Amino acid sequence: MPKVTVDGQEIEVPDGATVLQACELAGKEIPRFCYHERLSIAGNCRMCLVEVKPGPPKPQASCALPATEGQEIRTDSQMVKTAREGVMEFLLINHPLDCPICDQGGECDLQDQAVAYGRGGSRYHENKRAVTEKYMGPLIKTIMTRCIHCTRCVRFSEEVAGVDEIGALYRGEDMQITTYLEQAAQHELSANVIDLCPVGALTSRPYAFEARPWELKKTLSIDVSDAVGANIRLDSRGREVMRALPRINDDVNEEWLSDKGRYMVDGLTRRRLDKVWIRKRGKLQQATWEEAFKAIARAKPGKSIAAIAGDLVDCETMFAARKLLGAMGSGLLEGRQTGMDYPADNLAAMAFNSTFAGIETADAILIVGSQVRHEAALVNVRLRKAARRGAKVFVVGPQWETTYPAEFLGEDVSVLGNLPAEVAEVFDKAERPAVIVGAGGLAAGAFEPALALAQGWSREGWNGFNVLHTAAARMGGLMLGYAQKGGMAEVAKAEPKVVLALGADEVDWSAFDKSLKVYIGHHGDKGAHAADIILPGATYAEKDGTYVNTEGRVQFAEKAVFAPGDAREDWTILRALADALGVEVGFDSFAELQSAMIAEVPALGVEGLADLGPLPKAAKGGKGKGGTISYPVADFYLTNPIARASAVMQRCSAELARGEEILEAAE
Amino acid sequence: MADRTPAPDTPELRERWGSFEFTADYKAKADKAIARYPEGRQRSAVMPLLDLAQRQVGEETDTQGWLPLPVIEYVARYLDMPVIRVLEVATFYFMYNLKPVGKYHVQVCGTTPCMLRGSDGLFETCKKRGMKKGAVSEDGLWTLTEVECMGNCATAPMVQINDDNYEDLTPERLDTILDALARGEQPKTGTQEPGRHTSEPLGGPTTLKEMVEANHDYRGEW
Repeated sequence: MPKVTVDGQEIEVPDGATVLQACELAGKEIPRFCYHERLSIAGNCRMCLVEVKPGPPKPQASCALPATEGQEIRTDSQMVKTAREGVMEFLLINHPLDCPICDQGGECDLQDQAVAYGRGGSRYHENKRAVTEKYMGPLIKTIMTRCIHCTRCVRFSEEVAGVDEIGALYRGEDMQITTYLEQAAQHELSANVIDLCPVGALTSRPYAFEARPWELKKTLSIDVSDAVGANIRLDSRGREVMRALPRINDDVNEEWLSDKGRYMVDGLTRRRLDKVWIRKRGKLQQATWEEAFKAIARAKPGKSIAAIAGDLVDCETMFAARKLLGAMGSGLLEGRQTGMDYPADNLAAMAFNSTFAGIETADAILIVGSQVRHEAALVNVRLRKAARRGAKVFVVGPQWETTYPAEFLGEDVSVLGNLPAEVAEVFDKAERPAVIVGAGGLAAGAFEPALALAQGWSREGWNGFNVLHTAAARMGGLMLGYAQKGGMAEVAKAEPKVVLALGADEVDWSAFDKSLKVYIGHHGDKGAHAADIILPGATYAEKDGTYVNTEGRVQFAEKAVFAPGDAREDWTILRALADALGVEVGFDSFAELQSAMIAEVPALGVEGLADLGPLPKAAKGGKGKGGTISYPVADFYLTNPIARASAVMQRCSAELARGEEILEAAE
Repeated sequence: MADRTPAPDTPELRERWGSFEFTADYKAKADKAIARYPEGRQRSAVMPLLDLAQRQVGEETDTQGWLPLPVIEYVARYLDMPVIRVLEVATFYFMYNLKPVGKYHVQVCGTTPCMLRGSDGLFETCKKRGMKKGAVSEDGLWTLTEVECMGNCATAPMVQINDDNYEDLTPERLDTILDALARGEQPKTGTQEPGRHTSEPLGGPTTLKEMVEANHDYRGEW
């Protein structure tokens, strides 16, 4: 723990800290462009110069200089001030001063730091450099003349995403950042370089010229595009969500966000259900709320009512439906739309127990039936980190392009029963062995054998059994009892008179021919096509709600905008439906609903990891039936109704997933 | 330097170079270069491999050689590394030609010492023979490039043609060299000044004279 002096203030810094970090610890702001906490150190922008004694009598780049015992660091001397002014002047030599037409304006590091640390005016009278724009795909807009060559984007794609595709070509004044042959950036995290870019060189293409940051209302929310539960901020103007940005949460998403979570927000305004619809003589026709509620009451469901939760719903909606069904005397709740029927009586066996931050420290990882890049892109980042630290990764399931060295052991679950000796040895010797069972593995019956394996490799103080779900609502649903023993087949067998589909769009509705299908949801997608009555609901951006991610982490999202047209927040619809059906559910406001929910499932009331109890004992002889694994996500960009409605996601799907040629309109 | 861009990625380029592979000879050299680095660090050999690839292309096309995109991709595959990283190297270093060049790549130094010693005259000489900067001459023999300092300032002006340096040039001496090359002969490399061997001063040493015969301690004289 070296002791250093920063501007006369003596502090102790951790071993291995840099001078820049020491200054930060002392509360001094150090301007920087290339330095980023989560990327390797480049030291090429020179903005972080400070004066360090002992050392050469010149300013030094603090980001790349280790803090050592007895250093005297000055960040407020005349030398530092002139050095910063000088560096800023050089950076601005070739930077176009086009802030008024730049999308980064208002949230630009260069702009802010030029004001804080730059000279008052320019002394440069020569021509500025101009760089041709580079195509980087449908999400990233490039104005490369603005680039200051910090290489954050290059380091991100190489180190974090693990897809080496951005590079710096040529040199000196001609240095240009580009992808190979200007191909589109092709991975699930590509748009994070937009946040990383300290200037306006890489900006968001769908959001181009849409709004200025100071016009936007910022709401804290949770991403529902996968089960990671990335912390996001929804920026909205009026009734429209303009963009989603990641928030920093080291336990969940660090500061990244998948492209889908970021760019499906334009789907919030498209293909929306904003009217009540009733199917009359095979055709959906507009109706009023009263007519719809009467039609449902006329079906006289009694006990014969079921609720199926979709992938995006919040816990409050699911709880309200559970209350309603309970009041009717039914317990037919199911959330695993595609018909999976894994045992759900022990929640610890259904969670990502190692936690996302913990899986980084695993040293042997067995992935069973999960295309992690598509099912949880941010977990893949963690797995890559683990692999970079030396973890050995094995995959059971069809081949996919990993971003780290991984060995594929076969496509059939039966391989879990007789792992190759050298693989078993790796896990036996590992200090923190982990098993990750994905949705594909669960569907193929890998749960029991995987649990048995994990228990064979159990270590003190380490829980290596993980289930990686694909739906944001899944963990919450399981905690609220949205699981029947036989899965969807059980619900279908009960032949309920009324089925409440809470945004359920992946269900095979042919099994419910005789039921009155009431769809409560927000998008005119598969569920609405099959429905007899459509009650327009709210998306995740339009209601407060609790979500539980695959780790069992309870998180709250806030309402950013109002739902369009006649659409209502889902719990109010269910409350009104209770009146129409003549039953009492015991809540009249969202607060009452929430406290009722917390009273029944206390874990949902505390933000953070829920205590799910110990793992169950694996069944003896649980060698698995054996089944071929197939991955549930066919197209990363179109996994939920919001994404399917989003024009940006459709284009990504066409261009990046299916490789279609998209012609640019002449600008 | 701004015109240093890779030759465009056309179907013709793909057809001509898509099946590029090291010949047995070059493969042996390439593997030797890779073997210089520890296992798993084969990427470190990217520079020698690009050079070898350029030389093989040169042999196949009877030129100094250049690096078409498919060849760059081949090197990337050979070293199991992302192609953008190879392209970064290829575009960074000036000795990798990104566009076709002639049989002789005449690189005339135009930096200050050479310019003061008459490099302008050398450019004139080259241009008179039909060379144009950055282009292959009509007969396919020459490509002229102006380069920055090549480290032969003591024998300025100088020209580098393919792998050899020619120093102490005058327009006439350069003409002789180019004539010889055009005839397919190998002219004398290095300094062209009669009586000079390398870069020693003409007419005997001018400094450190006492050091010529034996080691001499100058420290007392400072």
